[in-house]
Amino acid sequence: MKTPLFAFLALIAYLFVSNPLGAQDDDLLALLGEEKTTNYITASFKTNRVINGHSLENTHAGVLDFKIGHRFGMLNQGVYDLFGLDNATIRLGLDYGITNRLQIGIGRSTYQKMLDGYAKFRILRQSTGDVNMPVSLTAVAGMYVNTLKWANPDRENYFSSRMSYAWQLILGRKINDWITVQLTPTLIHRNLVATLAEDNDVYALGIGIRQRLSRRVTLNAEYTYVLPDQILSRYQNAVSVGLDIETGGHVFQLHLTNATAMTEPGFITETTGDWMDGGIHFGFNISRVFTIVKPKI
Amino acid sequence: MKKILFLVLILSGLLVQTQAQTQKYFTRDGKIQFTASTPVEKIDATSKGTTAVIDASTGAIEFAVLVKGFLFERSLMQEHFNENYMESDKFPKATFKGQIQNATSVKWVKDGDYPVKVKGTLTIHGVSREVATDAKISIKGGKILATTKFDVAVADYNIKIPSVVADKVARIVTISVEAGLTELKK
Repeated sequence: MKTPLFAFLALIAYLFVSNPLGAQDDDLLALLGEEKTTNYITASFKTNRVINGHSLENTHAGVLDFKIGHRFGMLNQGVYDLFGLDNATIRLGLDYGITNRLQIGIGRSTYQKMLDGYAKFRILRQSTGDVNMPVSLTAVAGMYVNTLKWANPDRENYFSSRMSYAWQLILGRKINDWITVQLTPTLIHRNLVATLAEDNDVYALGIGIRQRLSRRVTLNAEYTYVLPDQILSRYQNAVSVGLDIETGGHVFQLHLTNATAMTEPGFITETTGDWMDGGIHFGFNISRVFTIVKPKI
Repeated sequence: MKKILFLVLILSGLLVQTQAQTQKYFTRDGKIQFTASTPVEKIDATSKGTTAVIDASTGAIEFAVLVKGFLFERSLMQEHFNENYMESDKFPKATFKGQIQNATSVKWVKDGDYPVKVKGTLTIHGVSREVATDAKISIKGGKILATTKFDVAVADYNIKIPSVVADKVARIVTISVEAGLTELKK
């Protein structure tokens, strides 16, 4: 009698202690603990320009971005010039991402036959998660050479007189999936200015906004406020509004702007168009990217 | 004598229990690749940061991958994948939670290749659907390699392909998984 009872007890004990199916975990991945990851916010803008000015975004590492910027004449030129469509100024540019933070670029504009070159460095990247960074911060430094023939060849002209420079900080945030806002404190330095009334150093503050309308279309607006008493009163603050349309490999930017130039010293300190007076250009930028260096996967 | 037998039984029970507890395998760097290529456009991406856990005692299986962890050859494509298709800020992870149907046929401590059937819930882009696929579990020297390949229809997960790129993006995406798992020690 004793043996079966003992064996029975032993069996119960055995099942009770072992029970391999008893300890089912509902959430297996939780066993690994929460992984610390940082989610970097991307696609704050469709491309590296808002309209004329730089956006928060950099060209990615190993990518070459070929840009065609085109501005027709002004709408107030009337029907004889088909509201500006008979005239055009352009800028051809190349932007290249050396790393995901460092981008360089060159360009050549019709306006003042200007050559430009810049470097753009992303200091802070907006992110959530392990590293929580509420804003992105980017620095841009550019130099510009006016290559027009000297207006007054008889006097002694220096090459340095052709040069101007721009330094910008771009502080911005993709507030949500739909809206990005950025502020751009800017310093423009012109080596030579036309009159004593103009400052060589011009301080300005830009603001850029992008509002997404759909997955592939955004509405962009850009305004640059030049602090008072630095440039002649006939110059206007640049105001631009436009649409970014992304089609995969291309971004088309269509816009209205009172600025003729597409480089910082030009559109910030030398904009003559007046929105109230129809001094508005219809224009577009086309961006086409090419992957030059494939990332390691 | 009987007391010794009893003790042995209890001890062996404990032993089995410990074994059952450690019969979980995991990885944090499993590889998932997918292709949505068409004749006109090569669309391939790879993530090497897949986390996975397999419970050998029950056959339960879970995978999770960060959508932003998928790397493309073309970074703009990667940006569009996250921004326009997967909405990865909103749906940061893709997960699979399921069960090996014939878990008992796998000898977890014995080297060999074991074909298995896996069934469970695949969640992509916030949409969960039941899927079933054939997979293979290869065991070699205590390490487990889990591999599978299956197709998903993009439309099933509420991912819209706009008409402008309709010819360029495949509607059926092939996903391959290759995860090397090691024993999870608590």
